[in-house]
Amino acid sequence: MNNIQINSQGQLKHFLGIEGLNRDILLRILDTATSFIMDESKAVKKVPILRGKTIVNLFFENSTRTRTTFELAAKRLSADVLNFNINTSSTSKGESLIDMLHNLQAMHCDMFVVRHSVTGAPHFMAQHIAPDVRIINAGDGQHEHPTQAMLDMYTIRQHKPDFSSLRVAIVGDILHSRVARSDIHALKILGVPDIRVIAPKTLIPRELDKLGVRIFNDLTTGLQDVDVIMMLRLQQERMKTALLPSTHEYFNYYGLTEKALLVVDSDAIVMHPGPINRGVEIDSLVADGSRSVILQQVSNGIAIRMAVMAMTLGTIEV
Amino acid sequence: MSSIIHVDMLLHSMSNYLNKKLQCPRDEVLMIGIKTGGEWIAQRLHQLLELSQPLGKLNIAFYRDDFSRIGLHPQVEPSSLPVEVNNRHIILVDDVLHTGRTIRAGLNEIFDYGRPASVLLAVLVERNGRELPIQPDIIGCSFCLEAGKTIKLCGPDPLSLEIQTINE
Repeated sequence: MNNIQINSQGQLKHFLGIEGLNRDILLRILDTATSFIMDESKAVKKVPILRGKTIVNLFFENSTRTRTTFELAAKRLSADVLNFNINTSSTSKGESLIDMLHNLQAMHCDMFVVRHSVTGAPHFMAQHIAPDVRIINAGDGQHEHPTQAMLDMYTIRQHKPDFSSLRVAIVGDILHSRVARSDIHALKILGVPDIRVIAPKTLIPRELDKLGVRIFNDLTTGLQDVDVIMMLRLQQERMKTALLPSTHEYFNYYGLTEKALLVVDSDAIVMHPGPINRGVEIDSLVADGSRSVILQQVSNGIAIRMAVMAMTLGTIEV
Repeated sequence: MSSIIHVDMLLHSMSNYLNKKLQCPRDEVLMIGIKTGGEWIAQRLHQLLELSQPLGKLNIAFYRDDFSRIGLHPQVEPSSLPVEVNNRHIILVDDVLHTGRTIRAGLNEIFDYGRPASVLLAVLVERNGRELPIQPDIIGCSFCLEAGKTIKLCGPDPLSLEIQTINE
């Protein structure tokens, strides 16, 4: 379904989802990101590669971290950035997505970074956009969040370079998590042999096992000997029905504490896509502890987003 | 064509020229090689001149002027300048000076690091086909090639120059 994001030469044209991409493209994104890790001694922390390009952040859902790192990434590539505040835009006056897109396109923008609460919205836009405009998915519904998955893979590779020998556990609210879906696809494509999902039964989507993961309902059993722990935020704002007795009880059973980490090696890493709910899914001692790579994930997010922007805008149709 | 040019001899004559040309104390000199061929040449010159400051490497992929025509160049290793550029006397080294566009990109990148006191351009090979007003200060050898021919440095060990026909 993601073929629309690849051009006839097999290059990345849009970045809509991890599903359907091959290992070479994922590795190319990681390698390109490496070259965008800025030299601290450089006075001007920019490169001129996207000078003259206009990138629009089109966020139909709230976001601070993702939008900021996309904006920073675009600016470090010397692109001009427009942040569209959807709450005050014409969509609240009834303008359709496609009309809005055509209007923005008429302003000669080169890329749209889209976050939308509806699954497939970035796909839909990519299908209807002019051929020289690029779409990046910054999170669609409960579907995918591909740049988050790639920055997670980048952070894992910094600490554990060999994907083919890894044991990775994803813990928490899988049901509402587009990050978990993208992460599972990326881990599979990169050859991780042991992917585990740990959550209460109410927070596990149906047919998840078809993605090739092992499902655990008990934290200690699932965490046994893992190398990487990817925590997820409990997305209470998306819970329309009572899926959990209370956040306090959730923490007792699924909160990541130093005690829960006794079953993993001392060099295992702890990740979280943010924002963190301290005392709900993760204990402060763990979030701020020596295993935590949470802030590295944020830094790596800039390099990954620079890589994806430069790669997609650098894809030339022949 | 097999290599009949002795790269080592060229490097020795370049380092002699550089020694005469450099007026400043050697610890104020920063040598920077443009990846990949320029870096190989810079490594040899750096040894011959016995420079105290470590060698800098420049990857100009993000400063090229042909991004909108040919897209992103695949590459992994970023630029690294180990010492501050401000007030430093820089020797910028490349293997072949052709159109001058690589050097233009390199100079732009250097100035994003700081304001050097001076920049000298040293190239192993200077050939015809300049498209920008950029000339070298130190030259290993000069070539006048006919259309459809290119000269390429092969290496890193041993270093050799080859004249090749471009396949269109």
